[in-house]
Amino acid sequence: MNLLSASHLSDWHIMGALALAGLAGPLLLPALATQIAFLWLMVVFALTWDMLGGRMGYNSFGNIVFFGIGCYAAAVVQRDGGLPYFEGLASGLVVGAVAAVLAALVFGAAMLGIRGHYFAIGTLGLGIAAGEIAAGWDYVGAGSGMALPLYPGELGSREIFFCYSLFALAALCFLVFRWLYGTRFGLALNAIRDDHDKADAMGLRTTPIKIFAWSLSAFFLALSGGLTANMIGFIDPRDVAFAGATFGVWMVLMAILGGKGTLWGPVLGAFVFHIVQELFWTYLLGWQRVALGLLIVVIVVFFPQGIMGWWAARRLRATS
Amino acid sequence: MSALLEVRNVTRRFGGVVANNGVSLTVRQGEIAGLIGPNGSGKTTLFGCITGTHAVDGGDILFEGRSIAHLRSAPIARLGLLRTWQQTRVYSEMTCAENMAISAREAQGGLLSLLRSVPVSTRRKGDDLLAFAGLHEKRGDKAGSLSFGQQKLLEFAMALMNEPKLLLLDEPTAGINPTLINGLIDRLRRANTELGVTLLVIEHNMRVIMNLAHRITCLAHGEVLAEGPPEAVRADARVLDAYLGVA
Amino acid sequence: MLDNLSLFVQYPPLAADVILNGLLIGSIFALAAYGMALVWGVLNIVNVVQGELVVLGGYVTFLAVQAGLPPLLGLPLSAAVMFCLGWLIYRAVIFRVVDKDIFISILATFGLSILFQQLANAVFGSDVRTVDAGLGSLHLLDGTVTLSHVKLLAFALALGAGGALWLFLRHARLGQAIRATAQNPRAARILGIDTNRVYAMTYALNGALCGAAGSLAVMAWTIHPYVGLPYTVRSFMVVVVAGVGNVAGVVGAGLGLGALENVAGFVFGVEFQIAFVFALMVVILVWRNAMAARKRGYLE
Ligand SMILES: Nc1ncnc2c1ncn2[C@@H]1O[C@H](COP(=O)(O)OP(=O)(O)O)[C@@H](O)[C@H]1O
Ligand SMILES: [Mg+2]
Repeated sequence: MNLLSASHLSDWHIMGALALAGLAGPLLLPALATQIAFLWLMVVFALTWDMLGGRMGYNSFGNIVFFGIGCYAAAVVQRDGGLPYFEGLASGLVVGAVAAVLAALVFGAAMLGIRGHYFAIGTLGLGIAAGEIAAGWDYVGAGSGMALPLYPGELGSREIFFCYSLFALAALCFLVFRWLYGTRFGLALNAIRDDHDKADAMGLRTTPIKIFAWSLSAFFLALSGGLTANMIGFIDPRDVAFAGATFGVWMVLMAILGGKGTLWGPVLGAFVFHIVQELFWTYLLGWQRVALGLLIVVIVVFFPQGIMGWWAARRLRATS
Repeated sequence: MSALLEVRNVTRRFGGVVANNGVSLTVRQGEIAGLIGPNGSGKTTLFGCITGTHAVDGGDILFEGRSIAHLRSAPIARLGLLRTWQQTRVYSEMTCAENMAISAREAQGGLLSLLRSVPVSTRRKGDDLLAFAGLHEKRGDKAGSLSFGQQKLLEFAMALMNEPKLLLLDEPTAGINPTLINGLIDRLRRANTELGVTLLVIEHNMRVIMNLAHRITCLAHGEVLAEGPPEAVRADARVLDAYLGVA
Repeated sequence: MLDNLSLFVQYPPLAADVILNGLLIGSIFALAAYGMALVWGVLNIVNVVQGELVVLGGYVTFLAVQAGLPPLLGLPLSAAVMFCLGWLIYRAVIFRVVDKDIFISILATFGLSILFQQLANAVFGSDVRTVDAGLGSLHLLDGTVTLSHVKLLAFALALGAGGALWLFLRHARLGQAIRATAQNPRAARILGIDTNRVYAMTYALNGALCGAAGSLAVMAWTIHPYVGLPYTVRSFMVVVVAGVGNVAGVVGAGLGLGALENVAGFVFGVEFQIAFVFALMVVILVWRNAMAARKRGYLE
């Protein structure tokens, strides 16, 4: 039919605008480079959570595990590898991605058969157990965490570098997911979400589909972990790498806030949430975490359909 | 005609309730078989046993001569044996067209084959079958927004999309507007004759099943009460008793 | 780790001390788990804020003792205060999610959990708190086994509360209404039961149970703002193992978990005790699922 329908065209418009912003942002606003880098990290968080939670109906509180594996793999490889900075970083990212995908295969085979709230609570346990194990394990610095090697470039160039790296990662993640959601695989994810038993009874190979989806999320999360650890320069087991009560919950919240199971919802949710969160940190000194808890409750209770859902309902009302 | 499905002495318990007690029945290649019985007589449970939702406590089930009693529902479906549900099961947040696309044979393939968009031929076939079920103008609507009767039709069309050898239908006319029932009977027959799908139909409406089925099995209290051509089963005093006694 | 294990085997009185103390601490888990089972069974909600209710109950007793009250008075006070807080939480948040998708209620109670955890941290600071109940200890086997009287009290209370709960659900009017609502809310409404009130009272009762558990926890053990989630996960695990409607099972599973956890803390080191709790839950869920999947079926 009409390949250049209105929605199709605006999709490309938004992507173009975002690409421009992503490329120009750090140059125009170098002082905000770290914040912008975190924004792209949040986009990766929301997109990867949404593949399971929004598209497949598996609400995970444990995706932070793969981020943490990425952090630690990079830190260990860069500490013990004896390589120059960028070679070390690159190998750390590769090792982290491989380790996270292997972990996703194992955890996926074990846990993706678990349904509903058992899966949600089980993955919550997974994330916290990982953080606690890291916090007690001397090889990875136990409770005091690990420091990463110093970025070799001049002052201020580190932020710019990681800002662009995380932007590239977020863009790649978005494009890959966007393509996937247009294939039979995307439809299969939705089928599993809407009625798992029916999908089984129609002969879909649900187990490999689910494990592949989680592995793909793990892949992008591990890369984002390695980059973020290097950007911050330090990882704490509970507050950075396996930060279940912050990053781990934010993933869920951003996807829901934007509208889960939609293409742009997670991206939108990440933008809105990140800005709100920065404002909290600026204006609610000392109480920002309390406010975040409250924000979660308010969003979930009063706004569970998200911005995209609200928008769609409004448009529907306008046309009918 | 050879046997496509053979159920041999299948028993299934739920705690103390024996929902199926040594049930045996045969569905022959190409026929329309009927399964009747009062409410709670174990018809739906038997479908669950055949298609892998329930564990079977005793007996065996053969499809094309091989035992499927211990297979899960997905491999059974890939052998060409599908079912529909009494309470309907469709993918409610997906459009009717998407429901059809993901029900195609090729969607049962491995991961690599899933990483492709739905081919035009599949879309067209889905549209044709939606038209066959009388749902063509709903193709862009979410399946969850359809009425109960429309969902039943969609579920039937999804099953046909998969080109099964044997299709088990659980009360296909329940909840359908009575004026549309004759049209539905006609579609079931055409699925059988034109698309070559063997059918095993649970049906409550006696007029429908007498009209439709070549052979009928009657269950009561989880056991086979009578079996044979429609006229013989209808004339059987025990069948009359079971219906009058319970319903 | 292996050294600890061999020490454990070679020196039985030490093993007895670790296991018995764990069992007694487990009675606190059982108390919190009754509440979770109630809320789960009646409201069909997995209450992730459970552990924070326990911790807040502990702070109530801590504040009461600071204000000069005798520690044992802190116990009923914690229960009463947390009963009211439970009722308030229901009125403010829970009743809005009670009929929604279960994930929504999990996320909402998770948000409450973070909220209370951070509030406790902002108000009371992150220090580890404990209260000396001033009750002394029981010494067995020449002093190798030391059981504080507070733990024995916790044990007695957990058993007593279990029995009382059982009687209440069976014989009290409200208890019967709660059971009717748990079985079929629609039918209960038709029979004239105000299910909204039943939900509120159930959640408040859960608050009281958590308050008592927290009061015992601060006297027999320690609390700080971040131990809430472990209590939630312990309660969850106990209920999953015991089943939602099984009071005796909850006692057994709670005590067993306490003992197991203490042994694990001893063998692997205390720094891994929390990791053990969470990993154990994952293992239980995976195992349960594997058992169900063996027989063609899936668990919902
Ligand atoms: N999942 C289940 N758990 C417990 N009992 C069940 C379950 N499914 C069916 N039953 C019981 O098995 C018997 C047969 O039910 P069913 O197969 O649905 O009958 P029918 O489809 O002929 O009306 C009934 O007594 C019913 O209560
Ligand atoms: Mg039935």
